[in-house]
Amino acid sequence: MEPVRAVIGLEVHARLRTRTKLFCRCVAGPGGAPNSRTCPVCLGLPGALPAANREAVRLAVRLAEALGAEIHPVSTWARKNYFYPDLPKGYQISQFDRPLATGGRVRIEPPGAAPRWIGIERIHLEEDAGKSLHEGFGDDHSGIDLNRCGVPLVEIVGAPGLASPDEAFLYLERLRSILRATGVSDAEMEDGDLRCDVNVSVHGDGEPWGARVELKNLNSFRGVRRALQHEIARQAAARRAGSATVPETRLWDDARGETRPLRAKEEAHDYRYFPEPDLPALALDDALIAAARAGMPELPHARRDRFAAALGLPEADAHRLTVEPTVADYFEQVAQAAGDPRAAANWVLTELLGLLRERGLPIGESPVAAADLAELIQLAGSGAISGKTAKDLLARVAAGEGRPAAIVEADGLSRLDDAAAIESACRAVLDAHPGEAAGYRGGKAGLLAFFVGQVMRRTGGRADPGRVHDTLRRLLG
Amino acid sequence: MSGAPTKTARAIAAAVQTGELSAESSIEQALEAIARRGGLGAFLRVDRDRALAAARAQDRGRAAGRDPGPLGGVPLAIKDNLCTRGLATSCGSRILEGWVPPYDATAVERLAAAGAIVVGKTNCDEFGMGSSNENSAFGPVAHPEDPERVPGGSSGGSAAAVAAGLVPLALGSDTGGSVRQPASFCGIVGLKPTYGRVSRWGLVAFASSLDQVGPLARDVRDAALALELMAGPDGRDATAAAVPVPRGLAALEGDPRGLRIGFLRDLSEREGTEPAVRAGVRSAAEALAAGGAAVEETTLELAEYALPVYALLATAEASSNLARYDGVRFGRRTEGGAGPRGMMEATRGAGFGPEVKRRIMLGTFALSAGYHDAYYGRALRARARLAAELDAQLARYDALLLPTSPGVAFRRGERAGDPLAMYLSDVFTVVASLGGHPAISLPAPRAAGALPVGVQLIGPRFGEPLLLRAALALEERGFAAAGVA
Repeated sequence: MEPVRAVIGLEVHARLRTRTKLFCRCVAGPGGAPNSRTCPVCLGLPGALPAANREAVRLAVRLAEALGAEIHPVSTWARKNYFYPDLPKGYQISQFDRPLATGGRVRIEPPGAAPRWIGIERIHLEEDAGKSLHEGFGDDHSGIDLNRCGVPLVEIVGAPGLASPDEAFLYLERLRSILRATGVSDAEMEDGDLRCDVNVSVHGDGEPWGARVELKNLNSFRGVRRALQHEIARQAAARRAGSATVPETRLWDDARGETRPLRAKEEAHDYRYFPEPDLPALALDDALIAAARAGMPELPHARRDRFAAALGLPEADAHRLTVEPTVADYFEQVAQAAGDPRAAANWVLTELLGLLRERGLPIGESPVAAADLAELIQLAGSGAISGKTAKDLLARVAAGEGRPAAIVEADGLSRLDDAAAIESACRAVLDAHPGEAAGYRGGKAGLLAFFVGQVMRRTGGRADPGRVHDTLRRLLG
Repeated sequence: MSGAPTKTARAIAAAVQTGELSAESSIEQALEAIARRGGLGAFLRVDRDRALAAARAQDRGRAAGRDPGPLGGVPLAIKDNLCTRGLATSCGSRILEGWVPPYDATAVERLAAAGAIVVGKTNCDEFGMGSSNENSAFGPVAHPEDPERVPGGSSGGSAAAVAAGLVPLALGSDTGGSVRQPASFCGIVGLKPTYGRVSRWGLVAFASSLDQVGPLARDVRDAALALELMAGPDGRDATAAAVPVPRGLAALEGDPRGLRIGFLRDLSEREGTEPAVRAGVRSAAEALAAGGAAVEETTLELAEYALPVYALLATAEASSNLARYDGVRFGRRTEGGAGPRGMMEATRGAGFGPEVKRRIMLGTFALSAGYHDAYYGRALRARARLAAELDAQLARYDALLLPTSPGVAFRRGERAGDPLAMYLSDVFTVVASLGGHPAISLPAPRAAGALPVGVQLIGPRFGEPLLLRAALALEERGFAAAGVA
């Protein structure tokens, strides 16, 4: 089969982490009884006028700075006109021909390949629309909730530089890390903080790009990946069959795992953009730019590199630790306090994240403080407690029983190092199982593991399994 | 005409201040006059009870030693496209019939804070779109001096109310001449401030980059006082300029000596300008020159493009501003058609009048793909050039002189079937609208029985003191409303 190449570009909308909306002072966060977070401005009442939220501008500038985009000292607002019941003014205030920033880039690291920089075309501010609710209002009515109306969004228009669904996934994951690390957005897809439209085309080697299809209704990163896999396959099959792909907008149906075209009527939009006469040009003053740059954190890709290079972590671990900035922060605290980055990485990635996943907790609500995990790692690393004890101890710390060293002290959990005590435990086990001892001596070597297990149980897991093993062999020999 | 001299707002406020007149009797007189001249159709709504309650409260306050304010006891009429809290605001449109705003327009709020008492809402062309007040969904307004004629528009109700002596002061809005042209037709003073001088919060938008709230008054000083009281930055309107408000405007003197006046004679005498209007403007030039002003004839090269540029930009903005009237959240809803779109179409089809529909269609076309740059884009560039030419002329002159309207008040129905003839009556007013410059219309002296003629002065942006000084110079030379005391 002739290989096809895909060209993918993503348009991401992220809700800015402001207290209030973009053009009025209504609360901007998710939640609230329907239409409770509205005022004349976001309801589009006659005579009401917008006034831009400086904090939203600051956050968008901060993102542009983090992405290395060219920030324009003067940009303009524009109206995007269309009729929809959840769009109260009949237009959305956005930015069009003079956006806040242009250019910029995001680095992705496809496994087994060199890192790649994906270009950004533009970054601009706009207001969100409301929500139409089609359930619970009978067949002939819909409900409208305008709480979301006027919520500040930043749109990040990526260049068509992604070559595969996996790259699209990595790009989204990295963009989300940046949004969170910089405090620009909570970037929770479930809360609708992050939304994504996808453009994709396929072509053969050396051919011009194919017709571009836009995919909508993508509600998760995995959904984006699946939708792209499906759509690329669909376009490739059409190409093989000799039928042309038409430029169109298609809806992703996550339940059915397929895309379907939007009706032509839904698609036919002439937005009639023109400069928003209610708002002066957006001029960035020095104080605002300074505030946007203040306290800019180390970006996720740089952190990933540092974890690998300076802390000596495997690339894969460094990557996994830097997907969530809060996880990376936690890890760094543990690594520093424990003095052993590799052990800290193992403990965080396997034991701690596993425990949090089971309980459905974000790391910010971890029942195990970074200092406690570090203490535990030190106890295990010094040989003071066995590995088995250490894992049990994590559960007990998580259960709120106290700090690791205190639990070890109180319950006498420190590792059994006394050779005489280990030997006495081994003898007791052998005495209790004469039949198995005879069996081992008769050639059933596999029974040694049974004896080790019995000794560990007898010592409450405190004995070093290696030494138990050696002692048993000596006694049975 | 009522015949009796009508008091200015300042005279009423002074009498209320001294206790010579109670606010209550001032308001009662206004309410009586409004009732007596109900046939004018100037008011859509009279807020009798609240106005009287406010007047009594003011009188009690005064008795307790509180200052009634610079407009204490002054009856104020508000054009029905300015929001008034708790008082229906329809913009002369069926689509907003019954809508009660939960807020006051900033201009209304500030004048009320200065003691003015809102007596009611005045009729206007639907959403400010018209030059004759014939486009109101609630009926026309008659010219106070000739019921067969129009009072001008779109602030026709406000102009008629002031001219008929029902109130001394009214607010209007001026997008392409909607304060100045009816002031001219009705023989009173109408001031369009610099764009950005007065907050537009609560002014229902027609064309946001052009709309300004302006006073209609019986003399220049009343207009100046109202301007001073309502002007200034407003956190609720990002286009309200952070420019200091000049104080003491009402105390300005009208000394013409040292004023440099550019008389736009060629423009003023273009084809279509009626002889009475030509004569009125020429007499203004002569009066100023005789008073010691340096009057020079000059031109405005780009003025001939003003009308088409205005038509494109104002309709383009209107097509967007009026999109919100969809029946979803407020105003009138008309069921019909399939789905929400069908309801929206039915609502807009039934709710808007023909002129509003015409302008929405024109503006939508001007902004649509394929025509955007040829129409809207070019108009935007032309506007910038016209504004620059105006700025340059107003660096050379303190004010430019031209007519307000090419003609006097015309007969009702005369131009109803001819939108182009109607648009042409804006030819002199749209110039300052596009430039964002302040402009004022003053009544020229007239013979008994003649209809009023307005002369217009355009001033530098944020140069209202200079503009008002020139206006006062004219006023003192007979360019004043009839029967003002």
